[in-house]
This record gives sequence, C-alpha cells and structure tokens, in this order.
Amino acid sequence: MKLTIPEKEVMGHGHLACQGCGAALSMRYALKSLGKNTVLSVPACCWSVIDGPFPHSAVNIPLFHTAFETAASTASGIKAGFEMQGKDVNVVAWAGDGGTYDIGIQALSGAAERNDDIIYVCYDNEAYMNTGVQRSSSTPWGAWTTTTPIKHPKDRPKKDIIGIMAAHRIPYLATASPAYPEDMIQKFIKAKDIKGTRFLLIISPCPPGWKSDPSNTIKLARLAVQTRIFPLIEVKNGQEWKLTKKVHKPKPVVEYLRLQGRFRHLTEDDIALIQKNVDENWEILSRKLL
Amino acid sequence: MRKVMIGNHALSYGAKLSRARVIAAYPITPQTDVVELLSEMCANGELDAKFIKVESEHSAMAASVGASATGVRTFTATSSQGLALMHEVLHWAVGARTPVVMGNINRALGPPWSIWTEQNDSLSQRDTGWMQVYAQNNQEVLDSVIQAYKVAEEVQLPAMVVLAAFVLSHTSEAVEIPEQEKVDEFLPAYQPRYKIDPEEPHAFGGLTDPNGYFELRYQIQKAMEGAISRWEEVGEEFGDVFGRKYGLVETYKVSDAKKLIISSATLASTARTAIDDLRKRGEKVGLLRIRVFRPFPSEKVKSVLRSIDRAMVIDRNISFGASGIFYQEVKAACYNEENMPPIFGIITGLGGRDVRKEDIIQMYEDVMKRDKPKSDIIWKGVRV
Repeated sequence: MKLTIPEKEVMGHGHLACQGCGAALSMRYALKSLGKNTVLSVPACCWSVIDGPFPHSAVNIPLFHTAFETAASTASGIKAGFEMQGKDVNVVAWAGDGGTYDIGIQALSGAAERNDDIIYVCYDNEAYMNTGVQRSSSTPWGAWTTTTPIKHPKDRPKKDIIGIMAAHRIPYLATASPAYPEDMIQKFIKAKDIKGTRFLLIISPCPPGWKSDPSNTIKLARLAVQTRIFPLIEVKNGQEWKLTKKVHKPKPVVEYLRLQGRFRHLTEDDIALIQKNVDENWEILSRKLL
Repeated sequence: MRKVMIGNHALSYGAKLSRARVIAAYPITPQTDVVELLSEMCANGELDAKFIKVESEHSAMAASVGASATGVRTFTATSSQGLALMHEVLHWAVGARTPVVMGNINRALGPPWSIWTEQNDSLSQRDTGWMQVYAQNNQEVLDSVIQAYKVAEEVQLPAMVVLAAFVLSHTSEAVEIPEQEKVDEFLPAYQPRYKIDPEEPHAFGGLTDPNGYFELRYQIQKAMEGAISRWEEVGEEFGDVFGRKYGLVETYKVSDAKKLIISSATLASTARTAIDDLRKRGEKVGLLRIRVFRPFPSEKVKSVLRSIDRAMVIDRNISFGASGIFYQEVKAACYNEENMPPIFGIITGLGGRDVRKEDIIQMYEDVMKRDKPKSDIIWKGVRV
C-alpha cells in the first residue's frame, strides 16, 4: 500500500499548543514532508511558545528564534551561511499572520524580490493570537477580535497576501489546509525541490481566537475550502495559477461562520455581504486559473 | 602593500582580509563605498563571500545574525539612522552570542537631516552588549576589523568598528594592506562553539523564565569583562605580527603630564597636534585616547588619571539631560577612587562642526585655569 502521508514523524511530543491548534498540526505535516535536514527561523508568534520553553524543544530539528519582523531576513542569512559551507539544508521561515502580513512583510518582500532560497510558511490564524486575539491585516471583514470589539468589528477585508506574493513572481506559492493533509504534503514536497523563494499560506483554525470548539478545527479547515473562502491553489512564477482541490458544490459561508464565536454578532445582511464578497473573489480567482 | 584609500575602503579591505563569508548590508550615506567595494570584490571573485543585498538595515542585521549563527564569519556596515533602525536586532546579536563584526560611520541623527559626523548613533547603542572600538585613522580602521573578529569570536560577542563620517570615511590616507597569509595565521578560520546544525539539532533563544535568563545576562557581562584583556593582548599580538601595536587606550606624552586631555577617534588625533603646540609652550599636558569604549577600560583610565592634576574630556556627542558620554564614563570609573583629579566635560563639534587644533588649545586654556567643574557640560563652539 502506498502511503499518501509519510509515516516517519520528525516532530516529537510535548509541544505547548492549545487543543485543536491548526498550527501544531501543520508543523507536523510540514516536517513529515521536509524531513530532518531542515532548519526553522521562527519569529514572535504562537510557535515561539508552542515549541516549548528553554531547554525544551518539540521539533527535533534546529529552531532559531528571531525578532518579530525578521523571519524572512534571518532565514536568508541562515541559508547564506549554509551555502558558504556547501551544505544543502531546507531553511524554513515559519511565521504567523502578524509576522507575515504586517510587521514582517518588508523582510518577506525583500527576500522574495531577491528570490532567496528559502521556504516561507505563514500559518494564518487571522489575528495576533499569541498576544490575545488582536486584529491583524489578515483578520477577515466582520470578525470580532479584542481590538475590533463587537460594536465595531473589523471593517476592512483580509489583505490579499497571495496576490502580493504572486506579484513578486516567486517560483512557487501555494495555499494549504490541515483538513487536506495529502494536498499540503504534496505542496511541501514540491516546494522542497524548487530553488528560490517558496511561499505557503496555511489556514490555521485557532479555537481560543476564533471562539470555536477544538473538535471543530478540521471541520473548519475543511469548510474554509468548501465555502471557497480559502481555495486551495498553487501558483508558479506568479503566473500559472492552478486549483488543487476542486469544489463542485460550494457550501454557503454561513456554515463556516456559525461555528465560530468571532462571527456570532453578524446579521443576516452581514453574512449575505460576506457571501457576495466570497463569490466575487472566486470570480476573480477563476479568471486567473489555468 | 601600501595603498591610498578612504576610511570606508579600509573597512572593506578589513572584511576581505578577515575572509568574511556572508555580508548583508543596506546602503546609507556615508557608508556606501564600504558595500560598493565589497560587492565588487564578491562579484570578481576576490572575496569568496555571499553578499545579501537586503532591503533595510533591520534585515541586514537579522541576516547577519542568522548567517553568523550557522558558524560563518559575517560582516556588515552602516551609519546613523541605519544603526538606529538595527537597534532591536543589535540586542538579538548579543543575546544569540553571534560574533558579527560591523563597521559604523559616525553620522549625526535627524531631524534635521545631517550627514556629518557625531557619535550619538553608536553611543546610543552603548548598552546593547556590542563591543565598540573607535578608530583615529584609516590604518587603524582596517587593522581593527581583523582584531575585532579575533576578539569577537573568542568571547562570542559582536563588535563594531567606528569611524568618523567624512573625516575618515571619505578622506584618503596611505594604508598598509597586510599580507593575506599573515592575516590567515593571525586570524584562523572561525571555529564556533555552537552553531545551527541539522546533525545536532537545538532550539536557540527559546522562552527562558526568570530561573535562567539572569544567568545568561551574567555570562554576557563576564564575556565583556574577559574581552578587556583580550583587546589588549590581541592588540599586542597584532603589533608583533604586523608592526603596529594597539591597546584599549592610547596615551601620548603622559609620563610627566600633570594635565590630561581625554578624547576619542579623530578628535583625539587633533588633540595630539594641540598637545605638541602646548608642550612647546612648556605645558605638561598629555593625551588619553579611549580606543575601546565597550568593554570600558576603567582600570587603564584610572591608572593614567592617578598622576594627573586636572583632566578634560572632549565629547562629540551628548546624552541629553546629562552630559557628554565619554565624560560620564570616565567620571564614573574614577568616582570610588582616592586622589582623582577634577574632570571637566566639554561638548563640541556636534553635527560635524569642525574642531581645529586652535579650538582645542583654546578649550585647554579656558578649562585648565578653572579650579573645579561647576557643571557637567562646558559648551565649546556653540553659538548661543
């Protein structure tokens, strides 16, 4: 029998993630795909806690903690250091949405423009979860966070990071969801063998921040795809857009929204507007697809 | 080989001779020649290094820390606003114990915009844990880069080689370029004690509670204290090999001196010529140039001051709300000692205003006739 998910585990026991954390699961799949010859550059984010306090570490590969806005630039430096020693190592910047969409976007853009030979992974839980659920530019329209209270929820859409990264014409970028591990693993394996800047965006349900039941994490990660809120795609050289998971009968967004307390305050009109935006975004995306 | 070069190129040659393996830098006036020449050297194969042309100084330092953590010799250079932008990552370089060496061109900070020399940029980084050496000529710039790597890699702390904007950065002087073979012998390949290595995986810099953090900070201070003697010894050893000796401080005509001018960098070289003139008039005056500012050479400073009747510190910098920064440091070093002379603090030359030999003679004449300081600042050359 051919296994679609590599059997060998790299990540060990004892990580400190919350129950139902999408980011812990994503790391596990990422390391299964990339193997032990991998180094992580981790800025301030949930994963700087999840890995464990000194002297513990859950990943069994080198993990270099770095400042909030430096995941990409530190990774570029690490890669350069290995290159000068003739070592071929997968260097992975592993950051949350705050460290990617907001404070780290300059360093990320710089690395992507230089096409530095790194894999940049953003596990996107759509707010500053590690500091207690403050809005980021990845927070979707209408969502509650501690800085977008119910009386004034987020009034701007989620930043189009995929569009931004595609505009850099990097060799490979993809979206992934822990509800589709085979798809995610295929993408990591593909990314591993490509030279240059590779970018993976993983939708990462966060029970404490999304106010969702930990047992619904996989369901939410699946519904994000099935509602076309988070289509699974890959883009080569910023130009060849491909859907990797076709959704024949998209589910209404309300099914996704109703499982999350952060959207509980939304009216029917609000939800209708979100549905309209998702449909429009899908139209825009479908025009790009091969 | 002797070559006429500007101070900026002396930094580039220093990095080249030290065989830096990764360079990450961002351009800023007046540092640009440093990175332009290094780009050239990397491009034509003279220097076997990877040059990451980053999009900011913040990323320059982050990439330098990352590269250094893999166990390769790493170089960068900046100035003023660039150094200020690096500030967060300067702390990271120290905490991560990465022996990055950086050239910094002392340039005044804005606003208003200024490109001229002043020391507030580097002195604002005083408490980061970076070692700092202030050069007085282009030869010393080149030589100090090589020495900085030797000390930095031993004590596992980063080091900054500092030079004055334009006064050195863009002034041509004859510089002896040491032979590569001799440099290789003096400064062998970097052998890191710890490095990022998939064969031996570790987490670096993970959350450390109050049970552990304190000791790590203690170790940084101990490394700094250990670096004091190493700068002295490495400067001696450099002299044995290359014929140019260096120390934590430099003294000039202090053996019989009763009065002392204390300064740093190029102001100290100007003060030296002033001392020659004053000596001709029979003044028993000497010079103490503080070369290594961090770690601060307190013992050296005290030992010179013990036989002095009156001392003045000339600062091209200011800690607003207090005084000149070298003045503070000298005064603090002497406070608990018996028989220390009165120490006067002079602030001059901010924003690159010229400080000539005549100005220093005039300061000397004014200050040395005073009994003791009435305040911590004597302003010289300011129009008010």
